[in-house]
Amino acid sequence: MDKKIEEIEEEIVDEFSFFESWQDKYEYIIELGKKLKGYPEDKQTGEYKVKGCQSSVWLVTDEADGRITFKADSDSTIVKGLIALLIRVLNNRTPDEILNAKLDFIGKTGLQQHLAQTRANGLAAMIKQMKMYALAYKAKQQI
Amino acid sequence: MQDILTKKIFDVDEVRKDFPILSREVDGKPLVYFDNAATSQKPQSVINAISDYYSNYNANIHRGVYSISIKASEAYENAKIKVKEFINASSEREIIFTRGTTEAINLITYSYGLENVNEGDEIIISEMEHHANIVPWQVLCEKKKAALKVIPVNDSGELLIDEYKKLLSDKTKIVAIGHISNSLGTINPVKEIIRLAKEKSKDIAVVVDGAQAIHHTKVDVKDIGADFYVFSSHKMYGPMGIGVLYGRSELLEAMPPYQTGGDMISTVSFKGTTYNDIPMKFEAGTPNVEGAVGLTAAIDYINCIGFEAIHKQETELLEYATAQLNEINGLRIIGTAKKKTGVISFVVEGLNALDIGIMLDTNGVAVRTGQHCTEPLMDRFGVPGTVRASFAFYNTKEEIDIFVDALKKAIEILK
Ligand SMILES: Cc1ncc(COP(=O)(O)O)c(C=O)c1O
Repeated sequence: MDKKIEEIEEEIVDEFSFFESWQDKYEYIIELGKKLKGYPEDKQTGEYKVKGCQSSVWLVTDEADGRITFKADSDSTIVKGLIALLIRVLNNRTPDEILNAKLDFIGKTGLQQHLAQTRANGLAAMIKQMKMYALAYKAKQQI
Repeated sequence: MQDILTKKIFDVDEVRKDFPILSREVDGKPLVYFDNAATSQKPQSVINAISDYYSNYNANIHRGVYSISIKASEAYENAKIKVKEFINASSEREIIFTRGTTEAINLITYSYGLENVNEGDEIIISEMEHHANIVPWQVLCEKKKAALKVIPVNDSGELLIDEYKKLLSDKTKIVAIGHISNSLGTINPVKEIIRLAKEKSKDIAVVVDGAQAIHHTKVDVKDIGADFYVFSSHKMYGPMGIGVLYGRSELLEAMPPYQTGGDMISTVSFKGTTYNDIPMKFEAGTPNVEGAVGLTAAIDYINCIGFEAIHKQETELLEYATAQLNEINGLRIIGTAKKKTGVISFVVEGLNALDIGIMLDTNGVAVRTGQHCTEPLMDRFGVPGTVRASFAFYNTKEEIDIFVDALKKAIEILK
């Protein structure tokens, strides 16, 4: 993975700036959501569920060579699209990179403002969960 | 104010001008407000009444000897008389102001409930209750080792009255039932429900949760025979933060206070305290005078529009929207009772309610998604949640067209 987290975030902000209306932005998110595949079906269980969502979100992780990969799913296509963005930024990163990621793109795209007021989408819960995994891997590495 | 009070013929375009928020835009599109079951919008007359109160006679009530306090006290007492007339209670002594429906039900459970429900007794509610009319009874039952019995609903979302008859027993102490369901719109036969309870025993107290009924239909507490009837001002075009507990005076007089402090006392000494008469006994502390003033204006407004016009407009909207939604492939309306108000809950096969809600919002259409504080009911219908559109008399067929178009577009995008 050559691009830095900030670079990918910048790309996303650019992509969103093309769209004038929220409807178009959400259409794009829905498209991303539909493309997000590969979540193991047998792991759609309570154990992997992210708490605090009006929709159901599942998240699993893997680790190789000190880098973490994420797979996620949701019954909401929009939430899936949001996860796809997070995964694009945070996938294949070291625990430190994930823990230090500021994720400014959420504010810069306007998504923050549009989504933060409602607990329904669980974006914050998802980010927290991803960082928790990173923290757990980091702790393991240090043993 | 004056032009509102003299309005005679219902004209929705004119009526909309009374509600300033209805002319605002969302993301460049006109706001289509279809979340009226959650809270209603406020007419200018209500907003003005509150502003006038703070501009001209704000003072604490019941203790001032000066003119603005006397005026504020009068406004507060006048609000009780307004409410009394609005629901046809016997006396304004039977009207207690609370924070809303939720607090009113809690007051009943903590005061009447703790006093009258004992181990082995039973409380009957229904499967379609709002959490506000479930959880307080559950807590009471736990405290008192009493049992909660639940009237089931049929596939249309109507109460099974035969099942209710079977649940009524010598152990029944309280029946607590919603007048109109916030998730389905079902109008429940509360008069019959109360009659059946009273036939079983005069001592069964019947509590009616009128949060969704008070602004849709003329409520006459004496005619239906309710012991307690509760509702929130904010759903009836009035301000938030105030609601009403109506209770038959005989019951209220026998009940212990719920909260204690100032205003609810008669005399206080360190040897002991005697309580004020009803309704003051149940209103500890400085009350919500602003709310009472706003609620008075809201009742004036409703009276001026008239329930006949309200009912006619809301029924037309319901029928128009139902017909259009039924045309949409894969859409299922949850709640198809013969008697219902302007609430349409629905699911679309394969799609998530939240996604639909967000996409509707991008077209300026405000609906509710999720469980609507009725999780057991959602379980009953086997759905995780629904999209709910709920109408008020100030909504129009044009708005329903915008909603249906936006919905079709959302489905296309999400499919
Ligand atoms: C049927 C019903 N009961 C109770 C409530 C609770 O009302 P409040 O939140 O105003 O106390 C509501 C409001 O959502 C309702 O619809």
